[in-house]
Amino acid sequence: MAILSSSIARKVAMALSGLFLVFFLAQHFTINVTSVIDPDTFNSWSHFMGHNILVQFVLQPVLIFGVVFHFIMGIVLEIRNNNARQISYKSFKGNRNSTWASRNMIISGAVVLAFLGLHFYDFWFPEIVHKYIESNPLDATRYYPELVHKFESQVRTGLYCLAFVLLALHLWHGFSSSFQSMGWSNKYSRGLRAFTQFYAIFIPLGFIFIALYLHFNQIH
Amino acid sequence: MKLTLKIWRQKNSQTKGELKTYPIDGVEGDMSFLEMLDVLNEGLINKGEEPVVFDHDCREGICGSCSLQINGEPHGPDRLVTTCQLHMRMFNDGDTIVIEPFRAKAFPVIKDLVVDRSSFDRIQQAGGYISVNTSGNTIDANTIPVNKHDADESFNAATCIGCGACVAACKNASAMLFTSAKVSQFALLPQGRIEATERVLNMVAQMDKEGFGNCSNTGACEIECPKGISLENIARMNREYLGASLKG
Repeated sequence: MAILSSSIARKVAMALSGLFLVFFLAQHFTINVTSVIDPDTFNSWSHFMGHNILVQFVLQPVLIFGVVFHFIMGIVLEIRNNNARQISYKSFKGNRNSTWASRNMIISGAVVLAFLGLHFYDFWFPEIVHKYIESNPLDATRYYPELVHKFESQVRTGLYCLAFVLLALHLWHGFSSSFQSMGWSNKYSRGLRAFTQFYAIFIPLGFIFIALYLHFNQIH
Repeated sequence: MKLTLKIWRQKNSQTKGELKTYPIDGVEGDMSFLEMLDVLNEGLINKGEEPVVFDHDCREGICGSCSLQINGEPHGPDRLVTTCQLHMRMFNDGDTIVIEPFRAKAFPVIKDLVVDRSSFDRIQQAGGYISVNTSGNTIDANTIPVNKHDADESFNAATCIGCGACVAACKNASAMLFTSAKVSQFALLPQGRIEATERVLNMVAQMDKEGFGNCSNTGACEIECPKGISLENIARMNREYLGASLKG
């Protein structure tokens, strides 16, 4: 794509798709947290998201495009960046001048992507089969029991928690970095950075809490 | 001080290089890093061996000639200094020091520790200038009022000596900090606004053409820059670029 031929255009495209996913994450968290507070609300909101035409046929394809674009762009940038230094240093002390999270976005991103595969296997594909292939009758009460059932497994709960830790690292650098990429630098930058770092910890920690709550609540 | 130096030796750009080990004795803490290399070279010449080739000129942190990746960091472990300003007191007796050239596809090795940084010159040539009437009607720059903050920021950006430490430190070998400093020093001044649109578009295009990597905002360049050039310049260049792209 010609529009993405410049390094800055690629940075901005990466930033915009990342910000879109950050916004989606907050929305996903808001719905999920209701599973801990009130299962009926969780069922009703999930039913709405699962059957609203705008959500299903406009927002969902946009979201999938956003995820795929962010992932492909990340790989393209990584390949280009590796080509820019064809002979590696024998000694390179990246930890003296930058954070692990900033240097390893491709690793944290790959783990989050692998998690998305598991997440789709767990929820999205069964949902598509349930609605569009088996054409089951509407049932607005099925979502909470299905969610709880998934978190019976210790392994799955552990994998989810691990992925959320890597998501936190990805957000720790990526969220604030996206504003820098779009040229944001003013007196509000420090405050914005503080907010992005709070978000990077709070949202993944919230998801971990939900996963652990659903897992241990069943045991007791 | 007794030290063990592991130095990258490479005959020319066509041959493969390797790290060679050189023990060195009698190094004083007050010596600069380049003086230590001078002592090594004297010893090598006396033994009839080829001296280590490295870039240097002013030896007072102004010219941007000296480079060197020292123990995994451009210009070594000290902060806000160039290699010529790095003192040997930063090291301890018995240390092993790994010395490599700045590495990037756009900085090919010429010999040993010397790399070709003419890609930076070409980025400058693409737009790092302002047009001034020099036909006898030249207007004194001081007659144009400039906001104090902008003037300071412009001067800060202009302190970039183009050494290439930003590229060397960046895991992506990106030249964004250098290019953004050169864009910023003019973008902040009224004299630079006239050619601002073409400047940023042309300089970024040349930077990309040279084969530098993409900035991923790790901030390593800012930390390792001997002149403390700020990441704010990159944000400013991004803004300038987006504005210029929309203008067409």
